[in-house]
Amino acid sequence: MREETIQLDHGSGGRAMHALVERVFARAFANDFLQELNDSAILPPASGRLAMTTDSYVVDPIVFPGGDIGSLAVHGTVNDLAVSGARPLYLTAGFVLEEGLPMAVLDRIVSSMAEAAREASVLIVAGDTKVVPRGKADKIFINTAGIGVVRDDVRLGGGNARPGDVVLINGTIGDHGMAVLCRREGIAMESEILSDSASLNHLIEAMLGAFPGIHVLRDPTRGGVATTLNEIACQSGVGIRLHEEALPVREDVAGVCELLGLDPLYVANEGKVLAVVPAESADVVLEAMRRSPRGRDACRIGEVVAEEPGRVFLRTRIGGHRLLDMLRGEQLPRIC
Amino acid sequence: MAGSEDSRNESRGSPELTPDGRRVAVRVQGIVQGVGFRPTVYQLAERHRLGGWVRNQPDGVRIEVAGAAADVKAFLGDLWDKAPPLARIVSVEVTELPFEPRPTFDILESHGSQNRSTLVSPDVATCRDCIRELFDPTDRGFGYPFINCTNCGPRYTIIRDIPYDREKTTMARFAMCPECLREYRDPRDRRFHAQPNACWSCGPNIWLEDPQGNRLSAGRRALADAVERLKEGQILAVKGLGGFHLAVEATGEERVRRLRRRKIREEKPFAVMFRDLEAVTRYCRVSPEESALLEAPERPIVLLRKRGKTSGEGTTPIAEAVAPRNRFLGAFLPYTPLHHLLFFESPYEALVMTSGNRSDEPIVTENDEARSHLREIADAFLLHDRDIHIRCDDSVVRLFGGAPRPLRRARGYVPVPIFLEAAGPSVLAVGGELKNTICITRGAEAFVSQHIGDLRNLETLRAFERNVDHLQRILEIRPERVAHDLHPDYLSTQWAERQDRFPVIAVQHHHAHIASVLAERKISGPVLGLALDGAGYGPDGTIWGGELLWVDAERFRRLGRFRHLRLPGGDRAVLEPWRTAVSALYLLAGGDVGKAYPDILNTFPARERSVVLAMLERRLNCPLTSSCGRVFDAVSAILGVRHRVTYEGQAAVELEQAAQADSGRYVGAVYRRDDLWILDPLPMIRLLVEDLRRGVAPGILSMRFHNGLALLLAESLEKAREATGLDRVALSGGVFQNLTLSELLEADLVGRGFEVFTHREVPPNDACISLGQAYVARARLFRGR
Ligand SMILES: [Fe+3]
Ligand SMILES: [Mg+2]
Ligand SMILES: [Zn+2]
Ligand SMILES: [Zn+2]
Repeated sequence: MREETIQLDHGSGGRAMHALVERVFARAFANDFLQELNDSAILPPASGRLAMTTDSYVVDPIVFPGGDIGSLAVHGTVNDLAVSGARPLYLTAGFVLEEGLPMAVLDRIVSSMAEAAREASVLIVAGDTKVVPRGKADKIFINTAGIGVVRDDVRLGGGNARPGDVVLINGTIGDHGMAVLCRREGIAMESEILSDSASLNHLIEAMLGAFPGIHVLRDPTRGGVATTLNEIACQSGVGIRLHEEALPVREDVAGVCELLGLDPLYVANEGKVLAVVPAESADVVLEAMRRSPRGRDACRIGEVVAEEPGRVFLRTRIGGHRLLDMLRGEQLPRIC
Repeated sequence: MAGSEDSRNESRGSPELTPDGRRVAVRVQGIVQGVGFRPTVYQLAERHRLGGWVRNQPDGVRIEVAGAAADVKAFLGDLWDKAPPLARIVSVEVTELPFEPRPTFDILESHGSQNRSTLVSPDVATCRDCIRELFDPTDRGFGYPFINCTNCGPRYTIIRDIPYDREKTTMARFAMCPECLREYRDPRDRRFHAQPNACWSCGPNIWLEDPQGNRLSAGRRALADAVERLKEGQILAVKGLGGFHLAVEATGEERVRRLRRRKIREEKPFAVMFRDLEAVTRYCRVSPEESALLEAPERPIVLLRKRGKTSGEGTTPIAEAVAPRNRFLGAFLPYTPLHHLLFFESPYEALVMTSGNRSDEPIVTENDEARSHLREIADAFLLHDRDIHIRCDDSVVRLFGGAPRPLRRARGYVPVPIFLEAAGPSVLAVGGELKNTICITRGAEAFVSQHIGDLRNLETLRAFERNVDHLQRILEIRPERVAHDLHPDYLSTQWAERQDRFPVIAVQHHHAHIASVLAERKISGPVLGLALDGAGYGPDGTIWGGELLWVDAERFRRLGRFRHLRLPGGDRAVLEPWRTAVSALYLLAGGDVGKAYPDILNTFPARERSVVLAMLERRLNCPLTSSCGRVFDAVSAILGVRHRVTYEGQAAVELEQAAQADSGRYVGAVYRRDDLWILDPLPMIRLLVEDLRRGVAPGILSMRFHNGLALLLAESLEKAREATGLDRVALSGGVFQNLTLSELLEADLVGRGFEVFTHREVPPNDACISLGQAYVARARLFRGR
């Protein structure tokens, strides 16, 4: 039997496309707003400040241990809203499909998107599909945009970190980047590393519920924890000190990073949030995090200091301090 | 240390000589303050029956003398010839004045003014006169650990600002007693204007503390207790001149190992301070040049060949743990009164004196810092209350073919400038990242800072910033440009890009290496440059490190390079040389390395090696490099000498140390590709593996590798000479810390009629980068005018 695949017709705007939308997208994402299939989704008025974001997903491989490009496209955008202090409400989804993509693969990705949206309590209310000839794209690219509502009492911002604040994270570092890389490059470890890709909005809601005055929330995606903290240190004009022994890194992630010559602090995460919190509220926030399924391994990894503004550094096990600078690009050799 | 002849300038202006009377104004520049220059002038004036005065000014020493013309002439000659030992005269300007007799000769108070072209003196080892006093029970300086005079003592490390006066040093808080003041004020006394002059009753004191901070004893008692504890094998943190040392008696194997464990320093060699030269010769072979270096006022650590265990009658050999698997030992002599006192009536004659720090951190300089940072290492602390204003490590020098080559330039040498060929604009160069130094130029002088270290350590980065400020202050320079490396991630580059005071100029790493040779050897290009090191960022985005270049002050062109190797895991491969070995064998075998070299692969860790092979297969985090240093790594790992390193360069160091005399050599290949000469060491590795399989000893293999590499380099230079017509060669890069290769190559090149230029004043490693950057930036600026 010939495998059913995506053809150029599926993006033509004609019958094939309508069939695809009906059969795949509308069914999976079913909700009242999408059901209309109009040019725009018409949404009820929301009370409060709106947050809006967009992101495109081009991950290779499209299916990886712990997730796929579909769930990632939901998690990433939901998290961008959530770390802004917003309760995510609606997403749009735009697809660029490469001619020849197996329909079964598309089905799987779309259903995992739908599943992720359900879990995050967001609705996918509008969408778009384009098909490009073979080689003009790599299997499937997804863009998602999202809208959420920001609570009135939160004032989050990268510039809000203050000396004395503590830095919290909800779990282990570097899982997503290494899961994707090991799958892509065929590196087999004894146990398979799973991506941490997940929606964080419920966790963050719990955190803000426990203490609305959190100073900074950021998701350390591309560039990892080190890069994200560097951004915060620069924006806030403060130094950030991490403690090597406090950094949660799974043994297998640490092992494969060492083998490949990578530093987990610069590896991407997709289900992690960094929180900068006044010291006196740290325990309250940590408690709230640990009660939430996505925050069970939450811990304190460092603190904000007045000295060394704009710099992030690691207090090593032997007591020295190593700079964690912001890299221009890849981790390049520099030992002469 | 007299100035160069060509800057003598004995007569200016229109001479108005009366037949027998002559009066002149003189300005002397160079290192002429704080070195006993004015008393010398005073005594010379007296000797030649001249009247007049001498005065320190920020732009040098000003003198006016009047007297018989013949006496004035003799006086001017003596200024050069009888200058005090620490003075370094750069120029003497003489202006004739209408004759007027002057009845007396006076030393006038210092004058402040805006132009500060005076040079600050480096720290100088205790002189013979002071040592004599130190050990003379009848002298008031007996046993005082801080005596000094105009010919010796602390300078650079205690100076906060210039001009060099006590109030501007960390001695400011000690008021001189009447007796010290008398010495200080008497132009005939050798302590005349010795700024750090002090004694038991008025100066800094010394005391011994336990790690809990309890004061155990002070003064002479503290010194006697310290000696006693060292004798028992305890580890002492000793506050010295430019920072703390950790001291332990050097013959006790277990004692030295205990220090290694506590300091978390596995194998990197420790330096040993010996009681005196005689003691050194009992443990090491010392040539006349080497003993001169050991006893020089700079008192560097000198790398000396160890004697065999059996030589030297009745002596206990230095513990193997001091410098494991190393035929050389870093030896140095006491350079402060405190050090001399640690050997006074001591039963030992050799102490490990290693930098007082936790591994990878800069050397500790403050008492409180020592108490917290060294608490887990030291059994007791020998502290004092003379503050160290600026950190300065011990310098390290090794003799290469009879000429000293610095490996670390710091105490004793800094801040003596490198004198450049010509004056030019002022620039600040921020250097590399590891072994960082900075450099500031002023006129024809280039001030290269002391060794600062690895900037990825936060404390070191702070020291870097502090040095940038300090050098600008004491030299009074506002640079016009900041020069930095091309590597986007070097913290020095990031610092340069972040500062917004000065425009920046980027200089390629290996260009800077070769340019630093041009700078210090006062040659202008073009030359052929051979830059061999571990890694530097190339403009093509690959990592360079085995480069044959056409170089002049402003520009460079790549003529050739080592064949590319992939570095599986980037910097990880530097820590684990076996990775580079796998990479080289992978290339040699055309991919099927498991079939071609199973015997060698099997010596490497099984699980990791399969990942590394996968990485090579997929080109995953395997950056390309043309590094020569990595070739040493690969060979070292293939021979089983070193698979993983615990300090920088260890694989290459131990490969060199392993070499045994042999005249065989492995022949590499030089060929043309993409308009470049490719220096291909892989045929050498193939031959080496064949010999290894035949059971040839690693020491022989190492020698044949060194011989072959020298030949490969010489032949590539030969081709470059044919192509360019240039026969001057400059050598730089960390690989030239390798004595065996350096001597082989230089001899070969000289034999082929090349003119060879190597480092004499700054190290060939990345400590030279700042000088090269400054030199290039200056030339580009100059041309832009
Ligand atoms: Fe270098
Ligand atoms: Mg995003
Ligand atoms: Zn002296
Ligand atoms: Zn006194």
